[in-house]
Amino acid sequence: MLEKLFLNHYEAAAVILSGIGLTNLLLQRNLIKKIIGLNIMDTAVYLFLAAKGYVEGRAAPILLENGSGGWLNSANLYVNPVPAGLVLTGIVVSVSVTAFALALTLKLYEYYGTLNIDEALMKMTQEQQELESKIDDAEEEVLA
Amino acid sequence: MINLFAYNIPFASIFLLMISAIITPLLPEKNRLPEKLSCCVIGLVMILSAYLLYVLTNSGAPLSFNFPMGHFPAPWGNELRAGPLESVLSLVFCAAMLLSLLGNFSSTAEDIAPSRRQIFCVLVNLLTASLLALTYTNDLFTAYVFIEINTIAACAIVAVKEGAETTRAALRYLVMSLVGSGLVMIAICLLYDLTGHLLMQNMHAAIQVLVRTKNYLMPLTVSLALITTGLAIKSALYPFASWLPDAHGSSTNASSAILSGLVLKGHIFTIIKIFYRVFGLEVIHLLRMDNVIFILGLLAMIMGSVHALRQNNVKRMIAWSSVAQVGYIFLGVGLNTIAGIAAACLHIIVHACIKPMLFTAAGGLSNAAGHKKGLHALMGTFYVNQWAGLGLAVGAFSMMGIPGFAGFASKLSLTLASFDSPVIIWSLAALAASSVLNALYYVPAVIVILTHHKDAHKNFTAPAPTYIYRDKFLSGIILRAIVKTYHEGS
Repeated sequence: MLEKLFLNHYEAAAVILSGIGLTNLLLQRNLIKKIIGLNIMDTAVYLFLAAKGYVEGRAAPILLENGSGGWLNSANLYVNPVPAGLVLTGIVVSVSVTAFALALTLKLYEYYGTLNIDEALMKMTQEQQELESKIDDAEEEVLA
Repeated sequence: MINLFAYNIPFASIFLLMISAIITPLLPEKNRLPEKLSCCVIGLVMILSAYLLYVLTNSGAPLSFNFPMGHFPAPWGNELRAGPLESVLSLVFCAAMLLSLLGNFSSTAEDIAPSRRQIFCVLVNLLTASLLALTYTNDLFTAYVFIEINTIAACAIVAVKEGAETTRAALRYLVMSLVGSGLVMIAICLLYDLTGHLLMQNMHAAIQVLVRTKNYLMPLTVSLALITTGLAIKSALYPFASWLPDAHGSSTNASSAILSGLVLKGHIFTIIKIFYRVFGLEVIHLLRMDNVIFILGLLAMIMGSVHALRQNNVKRMIAWSSVAQVGYIFLGVGLNTIAGIAAACLHIIVHACIKPMLFTAAGGLSNAAGHKKGLHALMGTFYVNQWAGLGLAVGAFSMMGIPGFAGFASKLSLTLASFDSPVIIWSLAALAASSVLNALYYVPAVIVILTHHKDAHKNFTAPAPTYIYRDKFLSGIILRAIVKTYHEGS
């Protein structure tokens, strides 16, 4: 069991990292820490993909020159290019999602003055209750 | 063989919507031109999908086809796949999107500042494009990318109505969605590692080999569990649905209608595709995921309705009712038979038609009551805005499953589908209980809006009749035909 873990240490590291990221994303109260958790999780997936695409002793999937003006185009010389493509796509997605989440976090901070989403909810319900009691008071005054 | 024009429709409809998303911010704001353009493009895509459906059902030739994207052939390149079910869904998605936009044309103007309305159009276009891409795609990684685009656009159309509450709701929605899509991404990478493919039919073949040789069953189960959980979070299956009422209840009416009616459906259809086309029903049964989905579906049907009963805000009530309806769909998927999945697809279509109408009608009624959302504030509003009142009543009857309305057709086919299954007692009991619960909160709502109120906002000028958009009676009959088509298509 341990031997297998050691053999696949890239994958094991990726799984541990994604676990750390996911727990941070779920359990952290602070939104910035949540977003950092998201990024750790995404990075773990890239590590997994990169480890899976790598073949020992082969070159990066960019054509090499053969020394006499031509190209070495045998597929056996290069590592699998598809995982690299997936990682690139994943990075683009992760960057845009992070930017959007940070923008919304900034907005939340402007409105509530906190980075904690539960605190924001508490503040909102408090404000609502105050507003309702004010309206009730006003109605009572009108009736009186 | 189908003609070249129809052959290019799946790609063209996604591409047109993407182009329109790029063009809309460049248009002048005057006369709400960007919104009109988006409506036209969505309408055009709707007509194209209808034509594709017509061609596919009348050609007699192969009922579905693959459309290669780019220059690489099948095992390496990216593909779209279109069949009758895909074209029906894209037709329904476009129609519901168009009607949600048109029906809420005036309330969108009230809720969203003019400078932000262009962004709203961009988001709506992107959302429709991502929904259609999720419907048509034959490649799992493309599905992941469009799930993320869908996430960003869906959270942004909640936040586009400025305010503290919507920002908080959008953020909560975003965090839950990101957990979901993170799980989906890990699962897709695991599956790619196990099968070496990203196209659905190639993955299916590889998984069949793995199962036959009893290799890697554990990693397969893990990846299936991860992908199902991820998509279940995004499609608001019950224990993961806590974000939904906030996001759907606080946003502007058009956004609520789109989110509830369409965004959830895109993810559910992705789950169905993964179950049916990637793993295959026998493998799903072998890995016992059908039971998990079935039980969660039952739970959602009951708990969604129970939560809806406790709401006082009419939009939150309808939002919780969506959770119950998603439960119906997952019940059909969990039956794990072709009839069950066909019933689930029918319920996707029915719910995609009705829920936007309910949200639109509820928005119209609370406008008539002076922007109050409490249920008691709606008393007598039927007499101010009849169309919206009628819409709410028709939608409510349909959700309860009264014969003649579309909800009846889908509930009937769910019931019929569960007859083949060993768990028939559970599913029938849950269907009955959930229908009664539906009635318990929808009937009082209809009674409240019909009750005459002493000072029933006499001096309130009625807004233009809320656009009400289809006779549920007819659609119930039409949908029967669709089920038949699906059976042939699958």
